[in-house]
Amino acid sequence: MLKGLIDPEFFEAFTSGEADESQHLPVYGTRDPLLGLCPSEVEEESGPAHHRLLRYLRKEVLPTTFCVGCGGGTVLNTFAHAIDEMHIDPREIVCVTGIGCSSWIPSPYFLCDTLHTTHGRAIAFACGVKVMRPDMKVIIIAGDGDLAGIGGNHLIHAARRNLDLSVFLVNNFIYGMTGGQVSPTTPFGTRTTTTPYLNLEHPFKIADVVAAAGGSYVARWTTYHVFQLMESMQNAINKKGFSFVEIISQCPVSYGKMTGTSDPVTLLKQLRDASIHVDDTDGMSEEDLEGKFVVGKLVERQRAEFGDGLRQLISERRESISAELDRGLRQDTSALETGR
Amino acid sequence: MIYIDEEFCKGCRICSEFCPTGVLGVSTTLNSKGYYPPVVEQAYECHGCRLCELLCPEFAIFIVNEWLDEQAG
Repeated sequence: MLKGLIDPEFFEAFTSGEADESQHLPVYGTRDPLLGLCPSEVEEESGPAHHRLLRYLRKEVLPTTFCVGCGGGTVLNTFAHAIDEMHIDPREIVCVTGIGCSSWIPSPYFLCDTLHTTHGRAIAFACGVKVMRPDMKVIIIAGDGDLAGIGGNHLIHAARRNLDLSVFLVNNFIYGMTGGQVSPTTPFGTRTTTTPYLNLEHPFKIADVVAAAGGSYVARWTTYHVFQLMESMQNAINKKGFSFVEIISQCPVSYGKMTGTSDPVTLLKQLRDASIHVDDTDGMSEEDLEGKFVVGKLVERQRAEFGDGLRQLISERRESISAELDRGLRQDTSALETGR
Repeated sequence: MIYIDEEFCKGCRICSEFCPTGVLGVSTTLNSKGYYPPVVEQAYECHGCRLCELLCPEFAIFIVNEWLDEQAG
């Protein structure tokens, strides 16, 4: 709780359950009931005191616990903008996350149904949610260590299965929350806490892996390309089938401390300069693309969706089984009538 | 109009460094958390591209559209 910033009367009403429910989603430009009076508002009487998209966030946990300059906050910001532009009711969204810094993006900050699951199993839980509630939009936001490392098998098999999920993988090259251990996406030749001399493993190009495994929509962007990322997120949410967006993000603290610079601006400029659009890579060899991030839409294809097929199969089998039961019942009745 | 919520800012300087027209600078005064928030130095240069609003990890800077609509129309 932001001590001293909250309107005490509203907070008391809120905790005792007597608060007006409509005040939870403040109208654009009005004073926020949960945050109350903010010092900047006192000085600036005219105009809104808070970001208009704070109505999509849980205000009691703000400001975020992300480190200074973390790309996770940018992803949260872009995601909120994407949802706002699409005019989706947040009550129709289920955000599923795993464990790690990037899993903190929707849970607890984004104000929708969130499912914070065990390490690496976000997609497994999300499959269950989507199969039982096909009307909800199921969105998974988790990190590279969670989805590509611990839960790598869930990821490729979910792509193969082609269930209608939207996966946003925030790739910051490292296990940031636990202190900077090497992850499956750490670039070759990087120093981390667990590879203090050199990382001799080659990284997973995780978007390419998902594209090869059969994802319906696969794209890759960095946290610098916010407008393209926003459009890509909207396409991924709208796409029927398994859609996957890899978001290359900066980690100034855990990754930056071992690779030379902890300055978020420098790291973001490195991401910008190392990016190359997929349309510009024609005729470039593997060596040319070493150390570069190929950004853009990698794959978009139309495949049969798993949930639709499953429900169709269930209804068909239900009909045929009930027909069989009817037939069996008639036989029994006729047997009784004939007195056998 | 550019609005800056100084209490949310963590002073990462991404907004001021990546502004295409150099509108934003860094304040010389600390906020209550001990960070240097950005300040609007050249408001007339702002094209309203919203890059700072989208790049900010902390929802601390935002642009109000009505003002830009008025200027355009």
